[in-house]
Amino acid sequence: MKKIIKLSHMVNDFAENKDVAKKIRIEKIMPALTEGHEVVLDFGGISGATQSFIHALISDPIRKLKNVALDRLVFKNANDDIREIISIVYRYMQESLD
Amino acid sequence: MKVGKENTAIVGNVPDTGRYLDRMGLYDLSKTASPFVCHQKEEAGRFVPIKVIKTSNDQSRFITDIIPLLHLSENNATVVKYVIGELVRNVLEHAHTSNGAVVVAQYFKKTNRVSVGICDTGIGIWKSLNTHWHPKTDIDAINLALTPGITGTTRREGGTSENAGAGLFFIKSIAKITRNYFVIFSGSAEYTLLKYPKRVKKAPRLYADPNRDPHRSTNDLPCFQGTLVAVDISLDETPEFNDLLVSIGKVYDDAIRERKRKKYKEPRFV
Repeated sequence: MKKIIKLSHMVNDFAENKDVAKKIRIEKIMPALTEGHEVVLDFGGISGATQSFIHALISDPIRKLKNVALDRLVFKNANDDIREIISIVYRYMQESLD
Repeated sequence: MKVGKENTAIVGNVPDTGRYLDRMGLYDLSKTASPFVCHQKEEAGRFVPIKVIKTSNDQSRFITDIIPLLHLSENNATVVKYVIGELVRNVLEHAHTSNGAVVVAQYFKKTNRVSVGICDTGIGIWKSLNTHWHPKTDIDAINLALTPGITGTTRREGGTSENAGAGLFFIKSIAKITRNYFVIFSGSAEYTLLKYPKRVKKAPRLYADPNRDPHRSTNDLPCFQGTLVAVDISLDETPEFNDLLVSIGKVYDDAIRERKRKKYKEPRFV
C-alpha cells in the first residue's frame, strides 16, 4: 500500500526546520516503511530545502532499513533543487552503508 | 565594546559612523543608551537589523520574514534562505547556548550583494568537535568543520540521523562559486576564504580540503568563546542554485569516497 505524506502540511515554503523533519521521520516515515508500505514524500508547494533538512528526513531510514528504504521511498513534486539535494543525500548515505 | 559574562556595553566615544551600529540594533542588543539622534531609515530593501533567534520556530519565522525585506529574486532568495537556514541551525544545534543566534543582514545596492553575519556565545567549534575528533588547536577545529562529512556528533561515515557534516562546506562552496568572502572565527582562530578574482573567467574549483582554497588563517587572535560566521552573497554572480548544488555535490561525493578509501586495508605482498 502507498502512504502519501504531504510535506507542505507540516513544512514552510522553504524546508529548513530539522525538528519538523525529525518528527515526520519518526512519526510517519519509519512506521510506514517498517509496515511494508511505499512512502510517497510529496514536496508540492515547497520551493527549497536545506541539505540538513533532507538528511534529517531520510538518512536514518536509509541507514537502518537499507534497500527497503531505498526501494520504497518515492519523491513527488520535488523541484530540481530539492531533487539534487535528495540525490546528494542518497549518494553519501549509500557510500556509508558498505 | 565591553563584554562581561552577564552584560555587554558600548563604552567610550564612538565616531559618527556608529550611527550604523545604532540603526542595526547593536545599542539595543547591548542595552546601551545610544548617543545618536537620527531619523530611522526604512528597513525594507536595505537591511535586517540584529535579530536573536533561540528556537527552530524563530528560525523558520525569520527566514519567511527576511526575504520580502531584502527584495530578492526567487533564485537569490533561495540562496539567502539556504545560507541563513544552515548557519542558524548550526548555532541552535551545536553551540549549546541559551543566548541563541545573533543574526544580521544587509543589502548593498552599489555592489549588489547581501552580507549576512551570524554569531553565538556558545561553546565554540573546538569544543564542539573535541569529543570525536580531538583537534589540537582552534584553527584545526575550523578546518575540520569546513571539511565535508565531518560532524561533531560522530566519527561514523554518513553522520548521525540528524547530522552529516555538510553544512559549512556547502556554505563555503556557495561563497567560493559566487566569488565572495566567507569568514569564520571561533576561539583564537579565524579562517577567511579569499575572493576568487573576477578577471578569471573559469569557474572556481571546489576542494574538500579548506587549506587548498585561497585563504588567510590565523590562530592567535584574542579568544572569542563562541563562533562568528560572515558570508557575502553577490546577487550578480549567483548562478542557478541547481548548478551550485550539482558542483558542490560532486566534490562532496569525491571527498566521502576518498576518505572511505583511506580506511581500506591494503593487500599484503610478500
